[in-house]
Amino acid sequence: MTEALEILFTASFWVAAIRIASPLIFATMGELICERAGVLNLGIEGIMVVGAFAGWLTVYLGGDLWFGVLVAALAGAAFGLLHATLTVPLGLSQHVVGIGITLLATSLTYFTYRVVLPEVTSPPKIEPFLPVPIPLLSDIPVVGPALFNQTPLTYLAYVTVAVVAYVLARTPLGLAVRAAGENPSAVEAQGISVTAIRMGAVMAGSALMAIGGAFLTMSAFNSFFFEMVNGRGWICIALVVFGSWRPGKALLGAVLFAAFDAYQIRLQQLSGGVLPYQVFLMLPYVLSIAALVLVARRATYPKALMIPYQKGER
Amino acid sequence: MDRPRVPMTAPVLRLSGITKRFGPLTANDAISFELAQGEVLALLGENGAGKTTLMNILFGHYVADEGTVEAFGKQLPPGDPRAALTAGIGMVHQHFTLAENLSVLDNIALGTQPLLSPRFDREKARRRIAEITSEFGLAVNPSALVSALAVGERQRVEIVKALYRDAKVLILDEPTAVLTPAESRALFETLRKLTAGGLSVIFISHKLHEVMAGSDRVIVLHGGKVAGERRTADTDVHELAKLMVGREVLPPAVEPVPRGAVLMQLDGVSTAGPGVRLDGVSLRLHGGEIVGIAGVSGNGQATLAALVAGMAAPSSGSLSINGRPEAGWSPRAALAAGIGRIPEDRHSTGTIGDMTIAENVALEAYRSPRFSKSGFLNGRAMRGFAEQVIGDYEVKCPGPDARIRLLSGGNMQKLILGRALDGDPAIILANQPTRGLDVGAVAYVQERLLAARARGAAVLLISEDLDEVLALADRIAVMYRGRLSEPFSRGEKTTAEIGAMMAGAGSDGAAHAA
Repeated sequence: MTEALEILFTASFWVAAIRIASPLIFATMGELICERAGVLNLGIEGIMVVGAFAGWLTVYLGGDLWFGVLVAALAGAAFGLLHATLTVPLGLSQHVVGIGITLLATSLTYFTYRVVLPEVTSPPKIEPFLPVPIPLLSDIPVVGPALFNQTPLTYLAYVTVAVVAYVLARTPLGLAVRAAGENPSAVEAQGISVTAIRMGAVMAGSALMAIGGAFLTMSAFNSFFFEMVNGRGWICIALVVFGSWRPGKALLGAVLFAAFDAYQIRLQQLSGGVLPYQVFLMLPYVLSIAALVLVARRATYPKALMIPYQKGER
Repeated sequence: MDRPRVPMTAPVLRLSGITKRFGPLTANDAISFELAQGEVLALLGENGAGKTTLMNILFGHYVADEGTVEAFGKQLPPGDPRAALTAGIGMVHQHFTLAENLSVLDNIALGTQPLLSPRFDREKARRRIAEITSEFGLAVNPSALVSALAVGERQRVEIVKALYRDAKVLILDEPTAVLTPAESRALFETLRKLTAGGLSVIFISHKLHEVMAGSDRVIVLHGGKVAGERRTADTDVHELAKLMVGREVLPPAVEPVPRGAVLMQLDGVSTAGPGVRLDGVSLRLHGGEIVGIAGVSGNGQATLAALVAGMAAPSSGSLSINGRPEAGWSPRAALAAGIGRIPEDRHSTGTIGDMTIAENVALEAYRSPRFSKSGFLNGRAMRGFAEQVIGDYEVKCPGPDARIRLLSGGNMQKLILGRALDGDPAIILANQPTRGLDVGAVAYVQERLLAARARGAAVLLISEDLDEVLALADRIAVMYRGRLSEPFSRGEKTTAEIGAMMAGAGSDGAAHAA
């Protein structure tokens, strides 16, 4: 039992937790932006697959790592544009469109993979981002390596949270985004286009989701394989709710979930095969549902979430 | 008759010959008028008189077929929603355009700073709001969330929002629809302060009393045309009503009817939610009487209606029909007990828009042998009943197979009335039965309710229109925060006393709040 607790005080556990959290942080911020503007983006899972593939492929074909991140973001934004076109000006069901985008993006990725690499059996590797310790800060015991001996993409995730939080809370644009998710007619009444705000938010959010996907192939692993996103997108949708649509709380949720995940991997090793490993795999999800029930029951969701806005209607 | 002279100062707003056609319908027919600086102009008209179309043209949502709009001597480009805003014309909509989960400050300042500027200057906004509120005596708390505000306060936020954008002309659409009488008086005082400060106000209304109370000049619209223009001081309610409707309007004649036995009785009924909870409501409905429930919207009337209709059950207390307590109260039990139900919202709960008239009128009885047999609907019987209702209630429609969505509000309400009153129910729930109807349809619905009373039915009339309650009800009770006052006879209390009760005076709820 003490061994199980000791894990929590090892630096390697927290390093893993932050690494697992990083893609979730990007994608959760992306989903959060979409939902604050009033659009539920269920394309997240597929857009993460696209991002993972696009980033990896760019580097595999000889591109620079950061150029790969940019390509992933643009690919995500392109699918965001498709999602937004269908859900915002055309006002189609956000559920149906989102699931459609996920299926389309995933299949298109696998298809492209086969076209580009028709005869490869094991996926080729790339040289991924490597950890860059930040001087002094990374020397702090446990916390130091966990937070400050990570890859540059993780640092970008921290910055993303700060930027998203600042823009939403402290800029006129953020106010317009939040108002578009609460009462779009209030936005339209001020001569601001709800369509432009919502489409922009969905595209920006989708770009972040794709960077989250790219983290998997370019920072966590060094290759692309099928099923690698593995439901992370759906987790991010729950994390947005867990965080009550606030960037800071959503960040906390992402780290918490990742810690559960890192913990169960270590527990599996400790248990020595007494319990089937699937039980441990299940653990983070069970705990997330419990946390969601406890935390999110009183969450105030954006009032206009999932409601298409048509000009002139009430 | 002399036309009242327009004040000598240059008009701040001039509409000239505005005409707008929708297919064969002419919504606005050569409407011209001017708004002078510092006056309160009332635009009076029934639903469908063209008020909304006119405002949509003014704000660039529609383009007029003919005519021009001038603000401060400059013509507004047609079809540009920003033009009116930048010219200094602010609108306070009937349905507020506020985001509830945002603060008052955020709502007011939304869209006033460049969208891409790196910082939203809250302090600047706070200072400006403070200036406005002190100048016009409009108290708002910038930090409060809109969701925490009462309706009257929300309206104040909307007004401050317009003033924040340097509005010189303020247009209010049905501003008192959601206010208590006291809040309405406060609003009119505010409007006086604004005009004293050099602003000009147009308020749109179909309520004669508030037009008389709050305006300097009245323009009456009827059928898309200007039917008359009067100085408020030179006219009265009767003349305005006649102009608005186009003919003499008589109040419904209420004949005395002997009061019968208690048909429905509520004893200390409380409900568990959702919605506003009822708190120890007691009420007796006798045959041959109309009991009116007055109150400001959102004080539990919807829950009371749901209870009577069987859609909510008491969590404590009892509900009895003909002296027998009802257990297992449900919509079907209510129908079986012979309650005719006229729901508050014709569109969402009264009808199914994409189903036919025949299907809609048979909705409450489709399980009876009259309309179905061994699980199969009898289309002929349903259509026959629909035709009967269409004939009896003078419904204007293409026929029983038309989709009910296509009907006007008045005709839809007549069909609902036909369905609810079929088989002469002993108890009738009439929840906002005339809301949104024009004067002709209102009179028709009221006559039918009075006829039901005359034959010995008990009618529970829930209405936010105090005038309607006072005109029809034998006894009146006021609902406030889920509690119902002791009923009193018509004429026992003055309008002012009832208004005070609607605002919570004398109720326990007010004592808690104070």
